[in-house]
Amino acid sequence: MPIIFREPGWEPLRELEHLQRRMDRLFQSGFGLERAPWRVGVYPLVNISEDRDHVYVRAELPGVKSEDLDITIQDNSLILRGERKIDTEEKQVNFHRRERESGFFRRVVALPAMMQPDKVDATFKDGILTVKLAKPAAAKPRQIKVKVA
Amino acid sequence: MAEKELQPKAKAEVPTTAERVRPGRVFLPAVDIFETPEALVLVADMPGVSGDKVALDLKENHLTISGEVGPPLGEGETIVEQEYFSGDFHREFHLGSIIDQTKIDATMKDGVLHLVLPKVEKAKPRKIQVKVG
Repeated sequence: MPIIFREPGWEPLRELEHLQRRMDRLFQSGFGLERAPWRVGVYPLVNISEDRDHVYVRAELPGVKSEDLDITIQDNSLILRGERKIDTEEKQVNFHRRERESGFFRRVVALPAMMQPDKVDATFKDGILTVKLAKPAAAKPRQIKVKVA
Repeated sequence: MAEKELQPKAKAEVPTTAERVRPGRVFLPAVDIFETPEALVLVADMPGVSGDKVALDLKENHLTISGEVGPPLGEGETIVEQEYFSGDFHREFHLGSIIDQTKIDATMKDGVLHLVLPKVEKAKPRKIQVKVG
């Protein structure tokens, strides 16, 4: 009878996702290729960054009004929902170019660490949304002093 | 009108003609251009550009739009996941009709530039009355 060794908490799908992310990073850094946006497939595209105390999620949402934007934190994910409206749609005008699009969007962003939902701050300036999340104390870097005996 | 879901799109980069002094990328803003009987209206998406960082230039019928963005990250921040790139915007147009340069109106709101270029009297469409002899 074959014996299968299985570590507790082993999640094959998660492992695959991690591997894919690492491969993406490898391609990004080593071969000068970029992570293609179609890989994500959901509007809006987001950039996630961090400093010592906070995690920042940014998205480009030009022309979206702040009242049409809905930000929710659920468990360990950030949900961005909203609608982009274009005023000229009803007017009877002659178009030369039409590259801007209107429509609704819904994006779920998995947050890198467990967040405290009460410490979330969102700003919307010049069409860029910034969601600032405070890191929990456990996720912050700590300095450890070496005692001299 | 049926509800439409927005799809993500990578911003198109400007084909380089001259080397730039300022580091970073330059993108083509997505635009809508439409014509009313009185004016030519241009709407451009330039996220991250504030009103004082937009430069407009109209020479005869050659229109240049450019916008500068601030630093994409705050001090001491490091990127964890990057799906889009930040950069300045630049685009040029040849305008078909003659524009009244003194009456150009430009507003920048929520990262969208709204430019109204009024046509000069001569270029406006006129209805010609045919007299019955």
